[in-house]
Amino acid sequence: MTSLTQPIKSLLLATLVTLPVSALAETAEEKGLRISQEAKTSDLGWKDMQADMNMVLRNKQGQESIREIRLKSLEVDGDGDKSLSVFDKPRDVKGTAFLSFSHAVGSDDQWLYLPALKRVKRIASRNKSGPFMGSEFAYEDLSSFEIEKYSYKYLRDEACEGGTCYVIEQYPVDKNSGYTRRIVWVDQSEFRLWKIDFFDRKNSPLKTLTYHEYQEYLGKHWRPDMMKMVNHQSGKSTDLSWKSYQFSTGLTDNDFNKNTLKRAR
Amino acid sequence: MLRHKSLLVSGLLLALPLQAETFYEMSGKASVDLRYFTQDGQFSGQNQNSNLSFALEPELYWEWNDGVDSLTFTPFLRVDENDSQRTHGDIRELSWVHAEDDWELRAGLRKEFWGVTEFQHLVDVINQTDAVEDFDGEDKLGQQMINLSLVRDWGIVDLYLLPGFRERTYPGESGRLRSGLVVKGNHAEYESGDKDGHIDTAIRWSHTLGDFDLGAYWFHGTNRDPILRPKVIDGETVLTPYYEQMDQVGFDLQATIDSWLWKVETIHRDSSSDTYWAAQAGFEYTFYGIQDSSADLGVLIEYGWDERGEEATAAVQNDIFFGARMTLNDEISTEMLAGIGYDLDYDSQSLIFEASHRIGDNWKVSVDGRFFSADDPSDLSYNLRQDDHLQITMERYF
Repeated sequence: MTSLTQPIKSLLLATLVTLPVSALAETAEEKGLRISQEAKTSDLGWKDMQADMNMVLRNKQGQESIREIRLKSLEVDGDGDKSLSVFDKPRDVKGTAFLSFSHAVGSDDQWLYLPALKRVKRIASRNKSGPFMGSEFAYEDLSSFEIEKYSYKYLRDEACEGGTCYVIEQYPVDKNSGYTRRIVWVDQSEFRLWKIDFFDRKNSPLKTLTYHEYQEYLGKHWRPDMMKMVNHQSGKSTDLSWKSYQFSTGLTDNDFNKNTLKRAR
Repeated sequence: MLRHKSLLVSGLLLALPLQAETFYEMSGKASVDLRYFTQDGQFSGQNQNSNLSFALEPELYWEWNDGVDSLTFTPFLRVDENDSQRTHGDIRELSWVHAEDDWELRAGLRKEFWGVTEFQHLVDVINQTDAVEDFDGEDKLGQQMINLSLVRDWGIVDLYLLPGFRERTYPGESGRLRSGLVVKGNHAEYESGDKDGHIDTAIRWSHTLGDFDLGAYWFHGTNRDPILRPKVIDGETVLTPYYEQMDQVGFDLQATIDSWLWKVETIHRDSSSDTYWAAQAGFEYTFYGIQDSSADLGVLIEYGWDERGEEATAAVQNDIFFGARMTLNDEISTEMLAGIGYDLDYDSQSLIFEASHRIGDNWKVSVDGRFFSADDPSDLSYNLRQDDHLQITMERYF
């Protein structure tokens, strides 16, 4: 009996002692959520964005192939962004366009325009974990960040390229995600992402994404010129570089419908 | 028709910009394909077991007024080794688009696709089929049109004025994949006194409501599907097309739910010779990331029905289709597609497969196989029963 009650007593004592402290301090989960919310809030108000994406895909042997995409997106209050992307390279998919209405909760609405057939196809958005155009970026890596998509846990502070970083673990809510968790490095001064480690469905290290050459737009929106994704399991990598960023150019809902999808090019 | 075309062309030339702020771009593709037929032709004139063909389709594009106005010119040319009818050209597109915030005006020769199903495009009615290109009806001729498109909260409304009609193309005597009697496409006759100058009209509404994408339309004008009538020309019995007037209403719906795509297309066609309903419906289910790979496997089943049954002039009247689509999602975009069509009335079958991938940055290679089996001479596919073939295609994009 004694051996059983003794630990319970000490546990009770410990609880009594720490209770006032933990009522003031956050749990690691709360802290992770709070920082993520602050990061999201700090970047609000970009209204709309246009940019050119260039991807260099490299396989294990170092062979390269190129993807060129032009992207427009629109900030939507209280929901995920709307985006329209047009593919320029490779040439065989030139003119193919992709319209997406992402949602914080539930599946996204997505349409693909196939120029040879002049056909607009609604496609299933269930395929979050699939590779984007054969690259090391999955669709979910390129979709807009929404608080509701993850649960969080603050791990530690750590020095990083952007000064001191919060290191936070994120657990995808969507069961169709290709990851069990992501570990994110976000700097404390400007909430810029510097690194993400991805862990696959078996919780093995899968990929690492690093962010490079940040530029500041409109005095508050930080965007990297370069994102490098390395797949540790396949030895493949993808460099994604961004060019010609433009913010708040006056895009509206009317720039994101099936008609604009058909003439996007 | 020629008069209509030249009017359209001069109108488009007037719309061409003269200021310096014009963006110009040329792209396109050239392709060569080789068909190998496993059996001798069924009909006289079909003397070849292999066929080489070359096609060129450049696209010239101009844009001005910050993209508010644009002009696209897409000529098409095919040169065929054996079939002089298949050696043909077309203007796939020569159209001007003026886009405002909530409306667009599109004028010229254009292609417009309607519908959701994969094995038959029942509601797709604006463009004439370029049937000499391939037997599957996927290739279309450019249609002259003026199209006003209005974007509203309750959907997109498209109004079409279609001045003039394009006659369907048909394989010549030496062409494979044709009917027993050669169709003389240029000996067409019309119900309308305006012949191919009849001005057709159409109105279509389309909208997205949550998981549902739906469309409905009414088309009034020349039926793109002719009635083929035997006729003796120069002492030779041939088929000649007779194009009726028709009123057609159509409806299409796709529900996109998780990994399921549920699809329905239905039409009601009213012409002097026939009034009937037809429908195509089915689903596509995709298994994503099969076996922990990046590959996706889609499984499709569709059923096609025509109220007229075996009286139907259409190839699909009581047919079931099974398909499988494999996408590897690799750097070279490897894709494979297989489909089986089974005619429940005639007990005939067709099997198709397609596989393709990119080579380097600008090339693509594909291999197609098509196999037919039919025993009933009154079945349309009986004409194709000796036309099993393999096709290899190389495409160069520029």
